[in-house]
Amino acid sequence: MAAGFKTVEPLEYYRRFLKENCHPDGRELGEFRTTTVNIGSISTADGSALVKLGNTTVICGIKAEFAAPPTDAPDKGYVVPNVDLPPLCSLRFRSGPPREEAQVASQFIADVIENSQIIQKEDLCISPGKLSWVLYCDIICLDYDGNILDACTFALLAALENVQLPEVTINEETGLAEVNLKKKSYLNIRTHPVATSFAVFDDTLLIVDPTGEEEHLATGTLTVVMDEEGKLCCLHKPGGSGLTGAKLQDCMSRAVTRHKEVKKMMDEVIKSMKPK
Amino acid sequence: VEGAMQADAKIRTESATESGPRGPSCSLRHFACEQNLLSRPDGSASFLQGDTSVLAGVYGPAEVKVSKEIFNKATLEVILRPKIGLPGVAEKSRERLIRNTCEAVVLGTLHPRTSITVVLQVVSDAGSLLACCLNAACMALVDAGVPMRALFCGVTCALNADGTLVLDPTAKQEKEARAVLTLALDSVERKLLMSTTKGLYSDAELQQCLAAAQAASQHVFRFYRESLQRRYSKS
Repeated sequence: MAAGFKTVEPLEYYRRFLKENCHPDGRELGEFRTTTVNIGSISTADGSALVKLGNTTVICGIKAEFAAPPTDAPDKGYVVPNVDLPPLCSLRFRSGPPREEAQVASQFIADVIENSQIIQKEDLCISPGKLSWVLYCDIICLDYDGNILDACTFALLAALENVQLPEVTINEETGLAEVNLKKKSYLNIRTHPVATSFAVFDDTLLIVDPTGEEEHLATGTLTVVMDEEGKLCCLHKPGGSGLTGAKLQDCMSRAVTRHKEVKKMMDEVIKSMKPK
Repeated sequence: VEGAMQADAKIRTESATESGPRGPSCSLRHFACEQNLLSRPDGSASFLQGDTSVLAGVYGPAEVKVSKEIFNKATLEVILRPKIGLPGVAEKSRERLIRNTCEAVVLGTLHPRTSITVVLQVVSDAGSLLACCLNAACMALVDAGVPMRALFCGVTCALNADGTLVLDPTAKQEKEARAVLTLALDSVERKLLMSTTKGLYSDAELQQCLAAAQAASQHVFRFYRESLQRRYSKS
């Protein structure tokens, strides 16, 4: 009976639950789904992380390669993110060139990296003007159930914490790079940006961590990326219903709490992997 | 007769705000708008903000491909062409922002199973590009007669390292700023429709920018009104 009602009138079905201030799966409106993170699972990558946010599963793999630094910034390296939403993760994605959703997510991750200065690009430079590291961050969604941006940001952060770069010296005589795989060092992660996504229903109600169906029914979405000092790296609101300043303020406070939760999880994970 | 009517409609309106050098208090650049300048699209507008200029054309409500049609709403599509080069991922991201902003105001349910296409061409970029695109899109939608429940406008705020706010920054000011926020506000309740930001800033600064943007949007909406009044008072 409930399943029938849900198919015919999905919005009404959701409204019944929202009136009681909860999700159909029993979550509170301000509660996130169970988050789990697993790092270092891909042995062929220099750094990797798998994040599960409820059913949404995202894996991030980072490969480090050599490249010549850009001519207008010879002391900087590159960080190249790419978000891939393959047909595996959801029925709505077909095979072919990257869809708009994937491109928007890639641009969002690139903006977060740029704005939050998560790593100094100068740290990636080996020899100014000649050689630098380029970090290819491939973020692949394995299961799409809403809130992809939060999961991607978290996966990227966890994977970057996991990356170990070998020491590289430039041989003076030959001019070639010599890589010492025995000596590896972690990246210097300066800030920890954490994304919190909200969905707006009926122009008034704000819910945290929308699932796939809720995103589809929502009249607007909002993603706030905050770092530990409470500074905002990104306020991504791609259209949708209007929000007043007061509602934005509520979102900020929720984002601060979420940041604490995620930071705690990250610290535990890092502690578990460091003594090696 | 049609040619004469079009010539009458092509009135270049100047904004009421000052166009002199920017003072320390937040003032917008000189802006100008021209409507109905293209013959093929159902509606078109050219919006100028200082030296930034964007040309917008709207086709619709028109026929839609069966794969893209929505049974109870109009399908909105936005195409943004940069001045040089091919459109890339950044353009796709901006198209999504503009499209969702338009979807929030356009009354799509009045034209189900149709498509409304907004094509934007960047003519010159001297800072505050996304805001100019939004304004041009709004004027073009009005020119095409697409039913909307509110008008919208784009305002860009730049925050400097010392915390000062500059509205409608030039390209140079954007580069030197610590953070650049582009906000879209609606005309009825001045609510925040769209926001995209670059750089780091605090919560309090966000509220400050929002308040400044709401004040600035008054000017822009007044300019829209004057522009349209002048256009329709003659014909």
